[in-house]
Amino acid sequence: MLITRKKFLQVFSGSIAGLALSNLWLPKLLGAADVKNGKGRLPIVWFQGQNCSGCPVSFINTEYPSADEVLIEVITLEYNPTIMAGTGDVAVAVLERMASEEKGKFILVVDGSIPIEAEGNYCNVGEINGKSVTALEWMQILGNAAMAVVAVGTCATWGGIPAAPPNPTKAMAARDIIKNKPIINIPGCPPHPDWIIGTLVHVLKYGIPALDDLGRPVIFFGPDKVIHDNCELRQYFDAGQFAKDFGEKGCLYELGCKGPIAHCDAATRGWNSGVNWCNRSGGPCLGCTEPTFPGGTGSGLYEKLPAVQVPGLSEINANANTIGIALGGAVGVAIAGHAVARAISNKKFNKKTAQKENIKESDSDNAAEQTNTEGEGK
Amino acid sequence: MAETIVIDPLTRIEGHLKIEIKVENGKVIDAFSSGEMFRGIEIILRDRSPEDAPMIVQRICGVCPQIHGTGSVFALDEAFNAVPPKNGRLIRNLMLSANFLQSHILHFYLLSALDFVDITAILGYKGMDSKLIKVKEWVQADIDAGKKDAGAPFLPRYEGDFYIKDNDLNIHGIASYLKAIEMRRKCQEMLAIFGGKMPHCQTLVGGGVACRPTIDNLTAFRSRLSEIKTFIEKTYIPDVIAVAKQYTDYFTIGKGVGNFMCYGGFPENDPKTEWFLPQGLLIDGKMEKFNPDNIAEFVKFSKYSSPTGLNPYDGQTVPDYKKDGAYSWLKSPRYNGKVVEVGPLARMLLAYLNKSDSNITALIDGALNALGAGPEALNSTLGRHAARALEAKALADRMEGWIDEIDLNGPVHTKYTIPQKSKGKGLTEGPRGALGHWITIDNYKISNYQAVVPTTWNGSPRDDNGVLGPFEQALIGTPVSDIKNPIEPARVIRSFDPCLACAVHVIDVEDDKVYKFKI
Repeated sequence: MLITRKKFLQVFSGSIAGLALSNLWLPKLLGAADVKNGKGRLPIVWFQGQNCSGCPVSFINTEYPSADEVLIEVITLEYNPTIMAGTGDVAVAVLERMASEEKGKFILVVDGSIPIEAEGNYCNVGEINGKSVTALEWMQILGNAAMAVVAVGTCATWGGIPAAPPNPTKAMAARDIIKNKPIINIPGCPPHPDWIIGTLVHVLKYGIPALDDLGRPVIFFGPDKVIHDNCELRQYFDAGQFAKDFGEKGCLYELGCKGPIAHCDAATRGWNSGVNWCNRSGGPCLGCTEPTFPGGTGSGLYEKLPAVQVPGLSEINANANTIGIALGGAVGVAIAGHAVARAISNKKFNKKTAQKENIKESDSDNAAEQTNTEGEGK
Repeated sequence: MAETIVIDPLTRIEGHLKIEIKVENGKVIDAFSSGEMFRGIEIILRDRSPEDAPMIVQRICGVCPQIHGTGSVFALDEAFNAVPPKNGRLIRNLMLSANFLQSHILHFYLLSALDFVDITAILGYKGMDSKLIKVKEWVQADIDAGKKDAGAPFLPRYEGDFYIKDNDLNIHGIASYLKAIEMRRKCQEMLAIFGGKMPHCQTLVGGGVACRPTIDNLTAFRSRLSEIKTFIEKTYIPDVIAVAKQYTDYFTIGKGVGNFMCYGGFPENDPKTEWFLPQGLLIDGKMEKFNPDNIAEFVKFSKYSSPTGLNPYDGQTVPDYKKDGAYSWLKSPRYNGKVVEVGPLARMLLAYLNKSDSNITALIDGALNALGAGPEALNSTLGRHAARALEAKALADRMEGWIDEIDLNGPVHTKYTIPQKSKGKGLTEGPRGALGHWITIDNYKISNYQAVVPTTWNGSPRDDNGVLGPFEQALIGTPVSDIKNPIEPARVIRSFDPCLACAVHVIDVEDDKVYKFKI
């Protein structure tokens, strides 16, 4: 093990977590991966738990670099069931070899959640000596052998779809299973290929990127990446023009847009080579990068954020954290408060307010995160 | 003495599949197909708003999310009594067909080609194509450096006398594989032009779609379609034929059950009575009209203790993962008690026999002519690949018409209010075959949700009479030249394009509650 769990937590609790961690981590990684001067490739074992394959499909949707360039120049994709030639025993042998001979020399990428109910028997991958191996067992074996973990997609980062109430298979996130390795979380349903590849290239060339409190790279998910703040429909919001039905012009707030609580740069980056993104298409943001996605009963995907029920600016600010908790531990709740304030006051947006609220947001992030962690065991 | 071979995980498919076969005298004499992963998506849907269903069910499968979303909005149209405006139907068709093209191209190249094309042929490449030179140098450098993982993820693989020997054809195959990566990406872009993003689009809603057509959208869509259509015509179909000519034994290997079913794909009107891919069945050599009441699900060999032989309308699901003799989480759906195969082969055969579309008839006749084979050769491993490629072409041709029919100023959505109590069903066709979603609404919430999907039909275990499912029947008689490298059965199963995440989705492991689906 490269660094202790305690050290890891200490590093991660710092505001410049990524920089500090990469200094500990990078030289060893580069040696192990046979990478010199930022050249060479990252060895990747891409394991799939309870997934839909949307994450690997999104990964190969990459435009620049193309998927083949990534395979040739950025990573060595040792194992990925969707793409690899090897099948059956040949595939299992790759996992066994990586776990025994390449210990500490590869990055474990995980998509999909890991079910722990029924001793993990709700997701099995391959056989060893005639016995089925559960995804849970593989995560322990590969997690121990890996240098670090990159959880890809909302299922692997927070539990996602399988973990939605009542979580029938007790589906867990990668960080719930692997506790002794650095984990980078790249949420999204699916994540944008640029987020996955950008993070891997950053690790390769510069070490682990700066991460927020939820382990997400701030370059893609930082506090300045709130959808609502970067939305091209913002002008309609500021003008108080709301779409009342699908296909109408206007801000999608009334149709349930989760932009005020969603952290990612989709609004400026665009999906699928930039041809479109969620709110531009007319389908309101679902907040798919957040631990709240897809939420439980009572917080429907097309229901207005509960914040809009709160009747007045001062009350909203006072209740910002409460609103977040009601959403199931949402991050960036002060932004939701801000949105409400705009909806109600319908005044010209002013920059000072925005700056103030961004500061508040980082405070409430911590509070929301704590709430969320406490809620997980229930 | 029969030997048992387990292929687990069967990679290059969607999801977690285990195949167990018994081999005697070099041939498969028995086969078991098992789904290996469960999430419980229908249980997660219960008590949620019906509006959430299309977005949640897309996450059943990231390769073919669009058909789950489409089946779900069809069910909502009915439940909400919200008939979509013409633009709504057309844009749904365009989005779904873009996903068909993506899925079909992905399947032949990324999921199947490595069973035929010899990737190591790249080492002998002497041409000037910059991409191919890059691939060659990449593999060569890793081999020279003595790396165990040289060529990963394209190596290691099953080793033996399995792969194409004509090096020019191999090089061409590798070039096509690289081109296919780009083409399928453009299919995703095409869908995202209306859908916002792919996988998992944003704009499928009951009563229509949430996106508006604009002239720039239609132009961008049409431009990509034209490029993809050329790829299908000039590369995909010729490549399937070229591979077929190298593996003519696969016109008999993987012969299926011979019964085929199609629910009807791509509505040409609303409410839906006419379909671009015609509804119907071919049972024991005779054409039949489709009646959903004839579907029953059997569970003798499935890990459920609930009653067997129920129509999905009244289906019950009591999981019992330790049930004696049971070996799969898939139930065994049967039509009038008969095993049926679903998918592009079923659709193309039914369209051909119905003579419903002269273009499809001409395409199939043309392909059979090029191969020097009769229609009976279609019921095979290669027949499934060929049908998929021809369907891609037929669909790409029809898509241009749907674009032309769009009214730039017309409505896209019919406003609805969620009813207190209602029900609805969406039966249609996805890339992998017949798919049905059923929703029951009570107190404005989902009280029951049920999905019976293509791989549930194709990958089903034995039914109560011990009759093997379509995968299993297709495996019987398949030669296995080397039990350590069983590539032949893997080729047969991949030709069906299995989607296991889709097939296994109903499970409750918390307790032994009986879930009833009465619709």
